[in-house]
Amino acid sequence: MPEVSAPAATGRGIGRTLVAVYAVFALSSVGRSSVQLLTKADDAPVPYALSGFAALVYVVATVALARGGIRWWRVAVVACLVELVGVLAVGTASLLLPEEFPDATVWSGFGIGYAFFPLVLPFVGLWWLHRTRPSAT
Amino acid sequence: MGLIQVVAASLSGLLALVAVVALVRDRLYGKPVLMLATLTEVVLAVHLVVGILQLSGGGGVSGATYVGYLVGVLLVLPAAVWWAAAERNRGGTAVILLGALVVPFLLLRTHDIWAAAGA
Repeated sequence: MPEVSAPAATGRGIGRTLVAVYAVFALSSVGRSSVQLLTKADDAPVPYALSGFAALVYVVATVALARGGIRWWRVAVVACLVELVGVLAVGTASLLLPEEFPDATVWSGFGIGYAFFPLVLPFVGLWWLHRTRPSAT
Repeated sequence: MGLIQVVAASLSGLLALVAVVALVRDRLYGKPVLMLATLTEVVLAVHLVVGILQLSGGGGVSGATYVGYLVGVLLVLPAAVWWAAAERNRGGTAVILLGALVVPFLLLRTHDIWAAAGA
């Protein structure tokens, strides 16, 4: 592993608020997707599977941002990138293939059901991770 | 049930307002925030008990989801205060604000679930 300084703590200052926002999304998406997958998985398998995946991404991002340290910083970057690709891909797919999405996921329509927060959040997350990036020495 | 939810949501809204004032003035939040949060929690505890009693009284509501919301909304403010406590600056105050905004939202969802079941 190359010599790099520790990243600035990602869970401090505004980062603490960001972790809280991610936690809200993590809890609500875990709750929502577990109800969907446990009670009516066959009704809309594609959106419900994607809901579950989104929930997992939010949980990982929340934990990684809260923990800090180089390794967790990297995990957070990956989580935010996956989140960004996910909201863009699912958002586009939900508009192009509406018949595959009989029920909404958190990322449907680029997060329109959540006031577009899901679209903005990965950008904020990546900006914050850039601000707190470890500097090479 | 409706009245309890309105009271809890109003208290939480007031808490959000106090947090916004603290944010704008860049002052550390203090006693008013903790007192309002405690008061909201007391009402939410009553909300939980009344909700469970109503649930056992019948109605076509999905029990697990409904109780999940009743318990969930009770945990938001303690979690926010705990998470904010280590951050004695605007970052912490914003966490309180977020929690205070999530509570009315969850109460609305709780109300919708109950109303949708036609209970």
